[in-house]
Amino acid sequence: MTQPRPREQPAGIRAGVFPDSIEPIVVRPVRRADLDQVIAIDATVTGLEKRKYWASVFRRYGAGGRSEPQFLVALVQERVVGFVIGEVRDWEFGSPPCGWVFAIDVAPQARLGGVGSRLLEAISASFRRSGVRKLRTMLARDNTLILSFFRSHGMMAGPLISLEMDLEE
Amino acid sequence: MRLQKNTLLALHSVLEFAGHPERHISAAEIAEKYSVSAHHLAKVLAELARSGVVESVRGAGGGYRFTGNARRLTLLDIIVLFEEFAPSAVERGATDAMTPVDQALGAVLSEIDENARATFGSITLATMLRLIERQQTSAGGERKPG
Repeated sequence: MTQPRPREQPAGIRAGVFPDSIEPIVVRPVRRADLDQVIAIDATVTGLEKRKYWASVFRRYGAGGRSEPQFLVALVQERVVGFVIGEVRDWEFGSPPCGWVFAIDVAPQARLGGVGSRLLEAISASFRRSGVRKLRTMLARDNTLILSFFRSHGMMAGPLISLEMDLEE
Repeated sequence: MRLQKNTLLALHSVLEFAGHPERHISAAEIAEKYSVSAHHLAKVLAELARSGVVESVRGAGGGYRFTGNARRLTLLDIIVLFEEFAPSAVERGATDAMTPVDQALGAVLSEIDENARATFGSITLATMLRLIERQQTSAGGERKPG
């Protein structure tokens, strides 16, 4: 599966419709009916609409079959304004089971209202219920905004180093 | 990774100011706390004031006060005021005059620099203050930044 890159923007960067909102933020497992709004948020942020891709993400991470859903959406006034996707992975890279966050995104107009923080807290709680005690993510090192967001929640560099190389023809 | 003495002093000072944004803190107070000469510290604080991170308040009860945005200012923003953190020749692609050994070593050093830059550039003063608070809590003491 192609892993979507986290794109949430840290609080304090851009004003939105719900800055420091008193509107309640509801976080719950994604439903099929939410997918159009999730796709729209992703398309707004990335400029690409990836309908087939999101259908496959929903099948894999959406509700159904998993004891702890790992594809969560945040709603304000019954509108999807953000989502987070993750998974508990066992013994990957030689590590004991830990929770991985693959994607977190908030609609630009809903930023600065704590939506990203609520999503991260919710998926962390879900991982805790699954019995894991470590949260991990991976992102581009030039993605300063999302790096700052995760660091503001206490995340630090982990013990893994990502490596890559060009494959010759 | 080693930062120069002035840079470290600036980081300590800024964290002191950002941790008490309502206070005017005198240069003498910081100089005493970190055991540095007031003259030496004055140069550092002057640079911080020039860049708008702090402002100098004259008169009785004067000193310096934090005027930056702790949620946006990063460690890198402070560091680059005091030392060069520019991309290396390898990162800039300016490798024409370099030997293969230079280029290979440069590539390794660039990797380290890029990670350092990403780390410093993603940690805001607000995040640092929370980190310090956590360290204080886990140490169970009343230790102040520094």
